[in-house]
Amino acid sequence: MTAQDSPSRSLQLTRDGQLKHFLTLDGLDRSLLTDILDTADSFIEVGERSIKKVPLLRGRTVVNLFFESSTRTRSTFELAAKRLSADVLNLDISTSATSKGESLSDTLLNLEAMASDMFVVRHAQSGAPHFIAESVTPGVAIINAGDGRHAHPTQAMLDMLTIRQRKGSFEGLRVGIVGDILHSRVARSQICALNTLGAAEVRVIAPATLLPQDAESLGCKVEYDMARGMKDLDVVIMLRLQRERMEGALLPSEREFYRLYGLSQDKLALARPDCIVMHPGPINRGVEIESAVADGPQSVILNQVTNGIAVRMAVMSMAMGGQMAERSQRQAEGERA
Amino acid sequence: MTALLDMDQLLDQLEAGLRRTLAERGIESPALIGIRTGGVWLADALRKRLGLDEPFGELDISFYRDDFSRIGLNPKVTPSMLPFETEGRDIVLIDDVIMSGRTIRAAMNEIFDYGRPASIILATLIDLGARELPIQPDVTGRVLELQSHQRVKLRGPDPLRIELRETDSQE
Repeated sequence: MTAQDSPSRSLQLTRDGQLKHFLTLDGLDRSLLTDILDTADSFIEVGERSIKKVPLLRGRTVVNLFFESSTRTRSTFELAAKRLSADVLNLDISTSATSKGESLSDTLLNLEAMASDMFVVRHAQSGAPHFIAESVTPGVAIINAGDGRHAHPTQAMLDMLTIRQRKGSFEGLRVGIVGDILHSRVARSQICALNTLGAAEVRVIAPATLLPQDAESLGCKVEYDMARGMKDLDVVIMLRLQRERMEGALLPSEREFYRLYGLSQDKLALARPDCIVMHPGPINRGVEIESAVADGPQSVILNQVTNGIAVRMAVMSMAMGGQMAERSQRQAEGERA
Repeated sequence: MTALLDMDQLLDQLEAGLRRTLAERGIESPALIGIRTGGVWLADALRKRLGLDEPFGELDISFYRDDFSRIGLNPKVTPSMLPFETEGRDIVLIDDVIMSGRTIRAAMNEIFDYGRPASIILATLIDLGARELPIQPDVTGRVLELQSHQRVKLRGPDPLRIELRETDSQE
């Protein structure tokens, strides 16, 4: 199956190729991802004005629907929606154990009754945003803010924006992703984005216990040894080590992990001298990254946060625009019929 | 028809009109802002003709368009660039063609998000009439009346020229 006819492409795009939901990077081509980055660049400029607001989503209602807790992602989505002049409703709904499917549908029906125009969804279950996009009223846009182990496409795109700002393009770039690949939706989306945008090499660096069995099929090289893995890297992305994984006996100890895979100044010195250091946050200092590296001159971790607002503004305005264009097309066809 | 649209003549007209308006209002150092894409080329040309040292600003009005709810976002938006503070300045807003007036409305909304200018003068190379909003240029190179099957477009940047096209369909 080609990218052109994949199911996630048809669910996410209008007939003429505009974004209308943003669920996953699978099936989206390089020109669309480049449009997102270019649009985000323009929103960065908006963020530098005295009035950091544009009227694109004026009169629209955006609901942040977080079934899983989040500070950074939720607050940057909120700020992004507000800078687009939307009204924002934040709902933090802790996942209840019983009948998730049904309660999810009911929650949505209630929110749709409030005339919402967009749902930003984070959910512990992979595929929840897809499910919502398939069943939601036409005209309502769904943005995936992280689902299970599946995808976190806005995080990956803000990382791509940060890389492009520093490196100019993706051509010839070697990018390493270090840490818990197995449980990481961020890594999955990053690998997809880097391959689509034409990076020369994506390398995942992790112990076997933190890699999926079919890691290479994601479109990356696998390296178990950090020293070898760091060689020639232009970009190193550290993933957060989720403490709860320790209990699953996937790792001997935090200290052991840091010794083998933590990004210290010594290990960073093995990469190219202009290698940038990234981390989706929140960072565990001394667990996956040394403080001197996180705060050092090669770190772009705080740029990632700033870029997160611009990327989310781009994706939200593009998806809302696609929905509205489709709606006026439907109306025009209805009038002709 | 193309003979009537000599570029140098149009620019001479625009420059003379602008000099007159600036003199009438006692404005010595205006800040030029061109609307992408044609307006930016004209801002460049007018800046040289007026002998202004200050760089001109470039506006991309995609985020302010009033047809977003019908056609969605322009996928080729580029960042606006205003290399000066607009607060308290006398602005000359420049575009190639004015018709409905909607572009100018969007541009003025955007300019005000950078600060409150002292004044705005609107300069357009060609005025096609057909206004839908109460917005008129202060200075214009030429007023044109087009037939419904005719379209006009500024091509550039080097050389700048006006393209007049005949379309097949009578939209």
